[in-house]
Amino acid sequence: MNYELVIGLETHVELSTESKIFCSCGGHSAAKEPNDCVCPACSGMPGMLPVMNKHVVELAVTAGLMLNCDINRYTTFDKKNYYYPDLPCAYQITQLNHPICTNGCVNLKTSAGARDIRIKQIHMEEDAGKLVHGGKYSYVDFNRTSVPLIEIVTQPDFRSAEEVVTYLNKLKSMFRSGGISECEEGAMRCDVNISVRPEGSEEFGVRTEIKNMSSFEAIEKAIRYEAQRHMDALEFDTEELVQETRRFDDASGKTFAMRNKETEADYRYFPDANLMPIIIDDEWLEKIKANKPAAVDEKAEDYRLAGISDKEIDMLISNNKISKLLDDIVAMGANAKDGAAWILTDCAGILRKDGKTLNDLVITAEKLYAVIKMVDNGDISRNAGKKILIAVVEQGVDPVTYCKEQGLDKKFDVSAIEAVVDKAIAENPQSVEDFKNGKVKALQALFGACMKELKGAGDPAVIKTLLEAKLK
Amino acid sequence: MNHYKTKMNGGNIAVDDTILVKNIEACAGSKMLTGFKPLFSAEVVTQLEAKGYKTAGKTHVGEFGLDLLGEFGFGVETDGTLKGAAADLVATGEVNAALAVDMNGAPRRAAAISGVDFLKPTYGTVSRYGVISCAASGEQVGVYAKDAAGIQEIMTVIAGHDEKDGTSLKNESYDYSFQPVAGKKVAVVKELLEKADEETKKRLSTFADGLRAKGVTVEEISFSLFETANVAWQILMTAETCNNISRYDGVKFGHRAKEYRNIDELYVNSRTEGFNFLTKAVIMYGSDVLSKNRYEACYDKSLKVRRVISEKFEELMANYDAVLTPATSKTTYEAYDIHDAFKKVFEESVFTALANLIGTPALASGGVQLVGKHFSEGLLLSLADAAKKEGK
Repeated sequence: MNYELVIGLETHVELSTESKIFCSCGGHSAAKEPNDCVCPACSGMPGMLPVMNKHVVELAVTAGLMLNCDINRYTTFDKKNYYYPDLPCAYQITQLNHPICTNGCVNLKTSAGARDIRIKQIHMEEDAGKLVHGGKYSYVDFNRTSVPLIEIVTQPDFRSAEEVVTYLNKLKSMFRSGGISECEEGAMRCDVNISVRPEGSEEFGVRTEIKNMSSFEAIEKAIRYEAQRHMDALEFDTEELVQETRRFDDASGKTFAMRNKETEADYRYFPDANLMPIIIDDEWLEKIKANKPAAVDEKAEDYRLAGISDKEIDMLISNNKISKLLDDIVAMGANAKDGAAWILTDCAGILRKDGKTLNDLVITAEKLYAVIKMVDNGDISRNAGKKILIAVVEQGVDPVTYCKEQGLDKKFDVSAIEAVVDKAIAENPQSVEDFKNGKVKALQALFGACMKELKGAGDPAVIKTLLEAKLK
Repeated sequence: MNHYKTKMNGGNIAVDDTILVKNIEACAGSKMLTGFKPLFSAEVVTQLEAKGYKTAGKTHVGEFGLDLLGEFGFGVETDGTLKGAAADLVATGEVNAALAVDMNGAPRRAAAISGVDFLKPTYGTVSRYGVISCAASGEQVGVYAKDAAGIQEIMTVIAGHDEKDGTSLKNESYDYSFQPVAGKKVAVVKELLEKADEETKKRLSTFADGLRAKGVTVEEISFSLFETANVAWQILMTAETCNNISRYDGVKFGHRAKEYRNIDELYVNSRTEGFNFLTKAVIMYGSDVLSKNRYEACYDKSLKVRRVISEKFEELMANYDAVLTPATSKTTYEAYDIHDAFKKVFEESVFTALANLIGTPALASGGVQLVGKHFSEGLLLSLADAAKKEGK
């Protein structure tokens, strides 16, 4: 019999905020020692109250907009009760009843064609700390406690492991480009709900959940293993499937049932009275929308249409700062493909000399566009433009002023070039004589003298035309 | 008896042990928090210190403020009766004022028993930052003083917005000044009067006469929702308390059992040893009303009841300026067994719980209680001031 896989995902994504979700502790990812990034609030000391970090709301809304969700204007927090030493308050603050985003949709392009994956909801919550086991003791590290997360819950719309990985890669690329999350190792964690049914059936099979996986490779392996286990059970009666929570063991490539105790907890959810409901009014929503980068798919498509190569598109999509710079200069009038080359080839080359990358690029769109415009208008040569760009990137000079100071804008100034040509002819009688005697190479010497005098800013064609005219 | 858990030097404001003072051990009356020294002071303490007030010391409270008066931390008088430590300090004149957390009416009862005043302000007007929190949705720091003027003085200092408390209202300050009371209307709730003994009734009628003499209309009405409010608040209060004190688990600070073989035993043994019987009863009750099977019928229903009572009380207050009720069912409490505490506190909270549930201000004065609409503290203090002056 042929079987169909049915998969739903819950994906936790750590948000790129400066501070934690309910206190001002910042920089947990850079913390060197355990409990370096901890305050009385995030370590659950009595007397401290959670205070909402607005940036978390803004990033969650941005994620919702990217995933085409409804943004709920009234959103509240709930407490989820369970005891574990890495959870200092013995409850996690999360959203159950009024999540911030609902009813979204993501379009996937896979080998099976384009598919829509429905997003059930996105909610905000705090992360837990972690336990370190060593020798006789276990140690608690609260650095990660209260780091903001969003959890993206899909409908059971995936039909293959490939679709799941495509979806996760798409989330990763979108969230990076949107400044929502760096999605570094461990900052994106998945719970996979999986069931199998005979092809054509409308009923769902018995569902199992594989918890807490962070590598896409492991997720893919776990799905393949679990799907096979389900199909074997249905086809060959190898075992009876039960609804349960399982974990994936990377070493053996297998999934194992977790203790029942961990799966049947009553979390006694209830509203958090310390956090007032958040109201997202029109003004705030419009502000968030205005700051939201264009949806990644549209953007990639726009770049592709502009003739930018796939490799360059990848570089742009994965770096929000750089793609914004390109979008800005295009808005000012630059050609997109040409602009991409200026940034990804020229600026990157200048930075590479000093061992830097595009992440270190400091240039305003206005200055970059000023350089490009001078070249496009024919005021200066492309080589002169590159020279100016070096000074702009390395010293932050004003390109137009710098161009004048350095005398680089003389390219088409015929009278200035003519004076130089006259001077070259007057100062190099031997070359003039040689040329007149048929030595074509002598012209090169005169041309070189002119270029030297013009510091490379003269248009070669203009110089050549003038020289030839004068020597006839 | 010693009123202080920790005595400090030279101050004249007492602070109950539920409110943090930097570097001074704070236990909220619980063995579970033994040795916990806070790294910061509560906002109310900081505000008072900024105005030059000094803390006289930390007074005893009952574990997490769940008992009748705070007597479990304080002890029994030689005559076998009970008192609250902070209220008694104010009554004897040892301090000018005291701060306490009103979560389930204990300070209002203690004030009534000791014959001093206590104001539980409107929810959100005083910062809860630095309060060992139990029932977040209805607890407020309030003030004990000998009279309304004493409360006025301290409230002016401690009330106002605090960005460290997400439930703090945005107003920077509030008006507590006295105002004319002639022509005001006060309702006496018949159902609550019936729950009080003769001596308490006498106090209430003296208070009412005092008001009448100042031109206030006092009339008896029927308003049965105090009892409903009490049930709803006990459900919300126990659930929130159960949740908020779940962080005292023996892992991070405070008491940890000596004997345990694994993490579950560490939790169970530490908490079994660390909490008293009343707290355990509250934890059991609170866990139950939050459980999957009971949530809708208990917790969720209580949230709806809170909204309805809030509306009904507002309707009542369209015709009256304040409600006059007993604060306690009798004028003295005798010592009792802790196994009876849960029921006793529940019965006595019928007078006080409505103000915690819907966040209105409530003032214990002259052995009775005035409850008003939100932000009507100034009027409540004026009424109490007027009634007392006439009584003398």
